[in-house]
Amino acid sequence: MSKSPKAFALFGAFLVAVLTFGVTQMIEPRLVHAQAQKAKPKPLGIGREAKPEEIAGWDIDIRPDGQGLPPGKGTVKEGEPIYVERCASCHGEFGESAGRWPILSGGNATLASHDPVKSVGSYWPYASTLIDYIRRAMPYGAAQTLTNDELYAVTAYVLYLNDVIKDEKFELNDKNFSSIKLPNQANFTEDDREKSERAFWRKEPCMKNCAPGEAKVTGRARVIDVTPETGKGPRVE
Amino acid sequence: MRKDPMPTLDREPTRRLFLWRSLTMGSAAVAAGSGFANGMGNPDNQPPNVPDWSRSLGEGVAVRAYGKPSEFEKNVIRRDVEWLTASRESSVSFTPLHALDGNITPNGLLFERHHSGIAEVDPADYRLMLHGLVDKPLLFTLDDIKRMPRVNRPYFCECAANSGMEWRGAQLDGCQYTHGMVHCVMYTGVTLKTLLDEAGLKTNAKWLLLEGGDAAAMTRSLPLQKALDDVLIAYRMNGEMLYPENGYPVRAVIPGWEANMWVKWLRRIEVGDQPWHHREETSKYTDLLENGKARQFTYVMDAKSVITCPSPQAPLKHNSGFTVLSGIAWSGRGKISRVDVSLDGGRNWRSARIDGPVWDKALVRFYYEFDWDGGELLIQSRAMDETGYVQPTKNELRKIRGVNSVYHNNGIQTWHVRKTGEVENVEVS
Repeated sequence: MSKSPKAFALFGAFLVAVLTFGVTQMIEPRLVHAQAQKAKPKPLGIGREAKPEEIAGWDIDIRPDGQGLPPGKGTVKEGEPIYVERCASCHGEFGESAGRWPILSGGNATLASHDPVKSVGSYWPYASTLIDYIRRAMPYGAAQTLTNDELYAVTAYVLYLNDVIKDEKFELNDKNFSSIKLPNQANFTEDDREKSERAFWRKEPCMKNCAPGEAKVTGRARVIDVTPETGKGPRVE
Repeated sequence: MRKDPMPTLDREPTRRLFLWRSLTMGSAAVAAGSGFANGMGNPDNQPPNVPDWSRSLGEGVAVRAYGKPSEFEKNVIRRDVEWLTASRESSVSFTPLHALDGNITPNGLLFERHHSGIAEVDPADYRLMLHGLVDKPLLFTLDDIKRMPRVNRPYFCECAANSGMEWRGAQLDGCQYTHGMVHCVMYTGVTLKTLLDEAGLKTNAKWLLLEGGDAAAMTRSLPLQKALDDVLIAYRMNGEMLYPENGYPVRAVIPGWEANMWVKWLRRIEVGDQPWHHREETSKYTDLLENGKARQFTYVMDAKSVITCPSPQAPLKHNSGFTVLSGIAWSGRGKISRVDVSLDGGRNWRSARIDGPVWDKALVRFYYEFDWDGGELLIQSRAMDETGYVQPTKNELRKIRGVNSVYHNNGIQTWHVRKTGEVENVEVS
């Protein structure tokens, strides 16, 4: 998305106003926002102040504008052995995925096809999403165990697998990270269901003879036969 | 999540139907191991005979210190679909909707979705951190949160991927699998607004980040407006403390919005001025359209309904006559105003009878009673909510969104009832 944060937040408030008050009673968004924040009741005095060092230990989120990036650095080359050792068994040597684990690379120009492949390079809008996710959740089963330098290195390597970084000597760090852009960012749009699917607010739907002729079965689940059978489920004590 | 129908496997259909029937029709007798698999039971226990349980003493009190359903109901469990995901730690299990009634889901049957397994949190070590654009960053213990003003609210919770396997056609043969990623319980907790007031919001506060304490540290960005409106920080469901698989001891409740935002094992809330665009709101939980563009931040769950009985796992056991058709409806935009039912694949509709409470953004139970002539039926239900939204057909949805969306499939479900009473998930013209 190319909009400014301010415009984005305003739209968010507008969206919520619409959702909260229904489609028929839209209210000027800024007004709702101001009203909701104005009333400040007397504090309950429950809870204690969180200390800066406590916050530092848990505050691991990273945003597209770079807020939250930890200090650190790593090259594609340094990332390769980390990836091979800690990531490749699930995500594949080249990010192509092993089995049903998430695919990380490939799939360029497939999003409008019958078989879209949603990889970091083909789909994800922001590189910050990748480093944030690796930092909080990966490696799977050993989350939050990478050092900051390992984090930058392995992120650089995944971006290299996606041709976002092309030079294996490239060093990714907290200073240059926000300059990395992913190609699909512009293809994310806001939720426009209330406009594009306006026809579904039809108020009085058809009750009699709503379609010509008799209904014909056009597809059957049993033909596909992928439903688990009763008795094959998990054991229950 | 897999979307493509699997290739047709050459399996002998009668064997499969037989298996299905034997497991559903005579489940009580089979479960008891009594050998009376015909569904008629054991004549020794029936009039004029007096069964054992009428003569001898049963177990005393507190032997069953924590109660559970009868052993004859042991097939009523959460189930998963193994081929859907790579591991059970990052997967889903489904609520057995076909075997339930009323508005409220029992605590042990709430569908599960974990990203790195169930976090087992010691309540003594539980902490909720609230920081960012606030006057005073705060740390709460569980006791702190329980000391705050309490509210009780029933809400449905639906995974955005519920029915996500059905975009390309009828695939899974049971409403547990097609619709079982929804549940509805009574939450007890504190409003998020109470917590935010306690910390004091800076004037540029516009978004919150909710973060879980599990090994996925699951995060979602939440617009402040919603947070101040009706979001709860809950610790009880149906009066009990949350179960570990549902976020014990504390989870977020985001009424009407996709379940992925209802962060479990909630450990941290950060206040910011813009969304974080994290994995669960970019790579996942965005709706890919036919033109390759993707909708982001599609929070609201549109009005939806499904007939839970009869359905493939709950066939009709009588040949004809008085028949109760039962189902659930819900809308993320407010209250359900009406549910219609069709027996002929959507040609003609009659309004169903809603019974039980109609709460805001909660499951509603509906019934349609009719005299079944024993013939084939193509049954459907269609929900309407108080905003005038009418649940669309699957084809109407596909026309706008294509078939690659994965998420937010709220199209009308069709079940084919055969003369035998068996039911199949089908698509109709």
